[in-house]
Amino acid sequence: MEPALIDGANTGFILVSAALVLLMTPGLAFFYGGMSRSKSVLNMMMMSFSAIAIVSVLWVVVGYAITFGADQNGLWGWSSGLVGLGDLTNGATFGAVEADAVTNTYALPDIVFAGFQMMFAIITVALISGAVADRMKFGAWMVFAAIWVTVIYFPVAHWVFAFGVAEEGGQAAGFANGFFAEDSGGWIVNRLGAFDLAGGTAVHINAGAAALALILVLGKRRGFRKQPMRPHNLPFVMLGTGLLWFGWFGFNVGSTLGSTAYSGLVLINTQVATAAAVLGWLGVEKLRDGHMTTLGAASGAVAGLVAITPACGFVNAWGAIAIGVVAGAVCALAVTLKNRLGYDDALDVVGVHLVGGLVGTLMIGVVGDQTHLLEESLVDGGSLGVLGKQALAAGAVLAFSFVGTLLIALLLKATIGIRIPEEEEELGIDQVTHAETAYELGGIGGGASLTGTGLPSSSRVDA
Amino acid sequence: MKLVTAILKPFKLDEVKTALEAAGVQGLTVSEVQGFGRQRGHTEVYRGAEYTVAFVPKVRLEVLVDDADAARVVDVVVAAASTGSIGDGKVWVVPVDDVVRVRTGERGPEAL
Repeated sequence: MEPALIDGANTGFILVSAALVLLMTPGLAFFYGGMSRSKSVLNMMMMSFSAIAIVSVLWVVVGYAITFGADQNGLWGWSSGLVGLGDLTNGATFGAVEADAVTNTYALPDIVFAGFQMMFAIITVALISGAVADRMKFGAWMVFAAIWVTVIYFPVAHWVFAFGVAEEGGQAAGFANGFFAEDSGGWIVNRLGAFDLAGGTAVHINAGAAALALILVLGKRRGFRKQPMRPHNLPFVMLGTGLLWFGWFGFNVGSTLGSTAYSGLVLINTQVATAAAVLGWLGVEKLRDGHMTTLGAASGAVAGLVAITPACGFVNAWGAIAIGVVAGAVCALAVTLKNRLGYDDALDVVGVHLVGGLVGTLMIGVVGDQTHLLEESLVDGGSLGVLGKQALAAGAVLAFSFVGTLLIALLLKATIGIRIPEEEEELGIDQVTHAETAYELGGIGGGASLTGTGLPSSSRVDA
Repeated sequence: MKLVTAILKPFKLDEVKTALEAAGVQGLTVSEVQGFGRQRGHTEVYRGAEYTVAFVPKVRLEVLVDDADAARVVDVVVAAASTGSIGDGKVWVVPVDDVVRVRTGERGPEAL
């Protein structure tokens, strides 16, 4: 095969997109942190930051090899040469460049793609943390994150992101040595041919189903449905939403792996669907509760971003608006289910990410645009074929993630334990687990304790 | 000596303080408190879940006065704090055994 030429515009944009997607995880820390109670905001933010640390290392060590190594029956990848990113960082294959599957232009060094995809793995793990607020042992969270990303996320990302085009190379030798051929690569993207541009299934349905399984094992927060558990800092939630929204352009537009007119379509669709979802969520709130809330606006934005993620390259602007409105309205209704059904999904990972991901993934079959789908959705007069593929992809990811996570959670519960003692939960996990509290708001003594610090003498501060 | 304690709507604090100064009161103590009376609390909605916030923010004002001044001070507080609507608060008076001024050691009415 002719060595491909690097495309500077594409490569530069994907490098920047990787940074944008990374920023989503600290953004998520603020989004979730603001929604948690003041006694557990630090723990909530630490779950996101620890996901960055754990997943970054694991991605380099084995994650890329499992996700984009040589295809094993469409279920996972493995290339020992990609352990530690070996083949991408040295030797003759350093600087290998791949043609972009979407635009079919010569474009992108593998190692840039590997960096971009690393950030997806990070945020998917961090998304789960919103469900376990206040009560999960931090050590157990770190172990869970490491196991989950390795045995659930990396394979599922292979199903969805290990793509290819028939006319390119064709050897099933892994991403580093050419594209996955039509009957190789991830089974969802290359064999089933379902549509998911940026990860509605692999990221959002995956994280949402995992969150549901994890909280069923973990149990409810002390005082769930009895004590008020209000968001402690809504301005943090708005800040986090802004950072997520900003970073999401890297997530969705970057997933075109290029700087083309197609990237522009994805940008427009991402923006307009998110805007429509804010309106959809606020509309439900106005009708149901009588008030349009800031938390509703923020939640609607995230629901819209989630739903447009799989669909952003397969719909026109009208389709994007439809997906946004439906996602905003449906998720606004879905977040109240936990109160009726009694599962304690603290910050609504299920109601927003699982439900929003399903809405976006399935609606491709309804409002998809023939120009980009190359098949007919229902609005274009097509059969239920596309919708069926979408449902199969969504259902498979949901089932695998739910069952797999259930097993991991039960294993951890039986061994190291996953829940902090009740007394510590009442006192606040920040203080007990992290030996910190988030806020010391002035008062008498200007923030210094009136009752002494109780520090050991070597580190005591006499203030 | 008496201790006059008043629970007030926070936005009325400034008027009450000004009125008490005009009535010759030399000092008072204020704290931010929460509670409920007939006004009850209010409701807030987060993602469709309604929370009843039972306690309403109020200001507690305390003034130490001579026996002879107690009734007049109560009248001044009530007049300044009243809006006529529910939630205006309460004023009550309790006897005080002794008072000491820390700086000088003066006791009783001298210390007021």
